[in-house]
Formats: sequence, structure tokens, C-alpha cells
Amino acid sequence: MDTSSLFKIPDVKSGKTVTITFEGFPIEVPAGISVAAALLTSGVLQFRTSVVGAEPRAPYCMMGVCFECLVEIDGVASRQSCLIGVCDGMQIRRQSGGKKLQTCTEKKS
Amino acid sequence: MTTNNVDLVIIGSGPAGLAAASEADKHGLSVVLLDEQTMIGGQIYRNIEYAPPARAEILGKDYAKGEQLASEFRRTATDYRGGATVWNVTNDGVVDYVTAKPGAHTSGNSSVKGKFVLMASGAMERPFPIKGWTLPGAMGAGAAQILLKGAGAVPAGPVILAGCGPLLYLLAWQYLRMGITPAALVDTTAYASYFRALPRLFSALPGWRDLVKGVKLLASVRASGAPVYSGAKNLEIEGEGATEALAFTHRGKRLRIPASLVVLHQGVVPNTQLSMSTGSEHVWDPDQLCWQPVTDKWGRMGNTSLYVAGDSRGIVGALASETQGRIAALSVANRLGIIKNLEAMAAPHLDALKRYTSIRPFLDTLYRPSDEHRIPPDDEVQICRCEEVTAGQIRGYVKLGCLGPNQTKSFGRCGMGPCQGRFCGLTVTEIIAQKRQVQPGEVGHYRIRPPVKPIYLGDFAQGPQQD
Repeated sequence: MDTSSLFKIPDVKSGKTVTITFEGFPIEVPAGISVAAALLTSGVLQFRTSVVGAEPRAPYCMMGVCFECLVEIDGVASRQSCLIGVCDGMQIRRQSGGKKLQTCTEKKS
Repeated sequence: MTTNNVDLVIIGSGPAGLAAASEADKHGLSVVLLDEQTMIGGQIYRNIEYAPPARAEILGKDYAKGEQLASEFRRTATDYRGGATVWNVTNDGVVDYVTAKPGAHTSGNSSVKGKFVLMASGAMERPFPIKGWTLPGAMGAGAAQILLKGAGAVPAGPVILAGCGPLLYLLAWQYLRMGITPAALVDTTAYASYFRALPRLFSALPGWRDLVKGVKLLASVRASGAPVYSGAKNLEIEGEGATEALAFTHRGKRLRIPASLVVLHQGVVPNTQLSMSTGSEHVWDPDQLCWQPVTDKWGRMGNTSLYVAGDSRGIVGALASETQGRIAALSVANRLGIIKNLEAMAAPHLDALKRYTSIRPFLDTLYRPSDEHRIPPDDEVQICRCEEVTAGQIRGYVKLGCLGPNQTKSFGRCGMGPCQGRFCGLTVTEIIAQKRQVQPGEVGHYRIRPPVKPIYLGDFAQGPQQD
């Protein structure tokens, strides 16, 4: 994981937290924030690689417009991490390139 | 089971949507309010019901105004459905939406029918296509402010604020209040713009409060000791794999300032994706440099049952958006036969709207984004971020006979990624217009079709579910 964060939350001491994982690493973050905000304040610089040139990408708009923040959440690819709130136990992974098609027989979780 | 036939369906819970719901409720209309976010307030009043008092204090008085609007809305009987992503709106008032469920490969697909529909989908960051704007560590000022409102997050390392417009200065002021001094404020407002805007200052005087506020914000940034570079040109973000510095030309000299975060902003533009998807007419506004839906004074689009209010109709700001929401709701109540004296009831709102928008021509002229930062002369700048199509490629398509944005799709997948042309559309239109030497209005925009947001195939297969 990246070492230095782009953002920090100065008054984080108080309030409820939840634990999510990014690429398998557990991260404790404040409850009620978006997945994108959680990652940006936890040292994650790169959310995905682009579909054509495999370039590193990260959120640009944070409001559901730009689709740069796409990650895999709990096994589902291409989720807009800026629109989804963190939940305890949520598993998040980087997304490499284009989304792979999932088979119809895959069980809905 | 919830009712799925109502008088008014409102899309968006920003100032326009909340005010429309409250006004409609006052007149006894049944209302469903859909919003993609899970909290009311839109972007301007994001997190308004949950932000700790200390954070609200830092965000300022204009943000706190949202509390009143939110509590007025909470007293209504509105059927509010948060986390609802609208993907289809028909001209006769059917609204299809999905509600995302974490960890599921399908969402819940639902449908609601309104006798009227009000689209209040707000604004989005104007694209700022420069070299390096796709690097991690480059983001919009709107995004940085959302992080502040939603999570109380501020930059952890050196940050540069670059571009122009009230939001950029407001963010700088808010960061200063949080104890964050930017490494630089790189202001792209052209010196000539001050002279061009001057004749429009007089007509902006009814909005003097906003003018004074703007002057105060800028003064506080200058007083903070943060270096301010005015009249900056040719911005470029440098870095390998992430943002490392911002390079720009200032008074004829090329400067380079290191930073891990560059916050870009050159105004906001209407998010017209929804209104365009209905096939209603849109026109190019040469002052705001964007598309706007054609409406009557109440916000109704043509002969449809669809209305637009707020920034998605044309950039007007929060207070004017709120007023437009109320005006639209009154017009709907009138069409339903509930109120008779529409003109008289709407008069105070129409007056207020005039006052709130008086400053716009001045702002639009002063903070008109420069041509080079809208239509990048550098061929290598990426325009379509999703499919990674460059300015040079688009100009190449024009040489081959491509007349408009729709054709760029078949030439090189431009605008065909997950953002569905939201973030490249304006730039593609302007690049083609410049190359063809015609007006953007003649070039047109992408044809926007439902689903206006990417949804799972399973949602189509499933069909609408009843709650």
C-alpha cells in the first residue's frame, strides 16, 4: 500500500469507526464516510488502472460523475466508491483495466 | 406497499429538489423524491444533517443555510428514497431507478410514475483538460470540498489550488480555517477579464452581498501568506504515476511548484445528462459555455410533463436553485388545478430569482475559463478519460470528415466509457467546433440515451420490482 495519504481527517479521535479491508489489509475508518473518502484518507493513491493504457487513476469528482473511483467491492467490480458508504467488514480491491464479465450462473450474494 | 403513482416525482435532493418538495407539500401534492446519494442536501449542502457543528462552522454561513431547508423538508410528507440511481425518465412521467445493494450483482430495479417530474440533478465540475489531469492527486475543487463536507478531510501534504471561480476561493478560505495553508493559489483569471467584466458590475449590484463575500475570500487568502499567482497560463500537472508538481506560465516565466495534490477548478456546468436523455431541446449558452435545456419561465420543457430546476437548468447558485424549485412546484400545482392564481403566488419568487441571478453575467465574464484550458492546443492532452482519447485524435477525426461528437464514438470510442460522455462531452464539442470553425451549437452534443447510468443487465432482466 502507499505510504503517504493525499488527505487526512484531523478530528478523527471521536466517533464510531468501522473496519474495512483494502487489498486484504485492514483499515479502521470513521463510520458514515464514502469508500472513496476512506481510501483517500488511508494512504491509497491508486484506485484502479485505466482500461486502455493501464495508467493509474484515482477519484476526480467525488460525486458520481467521472467514474474514476471504480473499485471492486465485496467481489463486485466497477462500483462507484464515491457513492457507497463504508460498512464493517467491507472488502475492497483495486480494479485492473476493464471489468471482466461475470457469468450468469454466479450466485447472488 | 408504497404508492408508485404520485403527483410529482423529484430527482435530486439539492436546494432545488428540497425546496420543490416543500413547496409541493404545502399545496397537498403527493411527492416522491429520489436521490442518488444516501443523504439529502445535494453537493452544496452535503452532509447537512450530520456534519458536526465545528465542521459546519468552518464551512461557513452559506452552508449553514441548508439546515433550514433540510428541516423544512423533513416536516413534509414527502416519500424520500435515497441511494436511488435514476436511469430512465420518459416524457409522460415514468421514472426508472435502481437502488444499489452492497455485495449484490443486481440492484433493486423500481419504477415510479409522476403526473409531473422535476429534474434537479444539479451541476458538475467543468472539465479542466490539461496535461496530467488524469494523474492520481489531480482532482476537482468540488471533489476536495465534498471530502471536507462529507468526511472532514483536508489535504495531508502540499496542495495547490489552481484555476478560477468562486468555489476555488471558497475552498481556499475553508482550508485556511482548518489550518491548511496552500502551497500556492494559481489563479487563471485573465487580466483582460477584469476589464470585460467591469461593464457588467453595475447590473450585478443587487447581488452586492455575493460581491463583498468574494472580495473578502480573496483578501483572506492573500493575507494568509499563501503565494498567489494571478493571470497564470498554460497549466500542466507533472508526475510519474502520481501528481508531483504544477507547472505554469506567470508573467512570461515558466514556474514549477511541487505538490502531491493539485485541486483544479474553472467553474461548474449543468449536469444535463437526464434532461438530454428525454430528447428535449437544449441550446448552447455562449456566456456559460455549456448546454442548457430549453424551458418556459416555470422550468417546463416543451409540451412534456417534465420540469428542470436549479443548476441543471443553467448555473444560478444555491439560493436561485431553491427559488426555481419553488417556482416549478407552484406551476405543477397550477397544472393539477390545485392553485389558480399562479402568477400572483409566484411573483415574490420570480423577483427573488432576478435578484439572486443578477450577479451571474458579471461572474460568467470575469471567470470565463480561458480557451487554452477548455480546448487544449496540446495534442497529447487526454479528453475522454474513460477511453483515453486525446485532443490530437479528435482533431484527426475532424480532418477525416467527422462533423460532431456522435461520430467520434465510431472513430475512436470517444465518450463510450462508463461516464457516458459526461466528462468529455463539452470539450469534444468545443474541439470540433474550433477545428471546423463553426459555433458549438452547430456541432451539437452526444446523443444521450437511457440508461443514463450504467446498470446491471440483471436489472433489465428482472424488470421493475414493487416495494
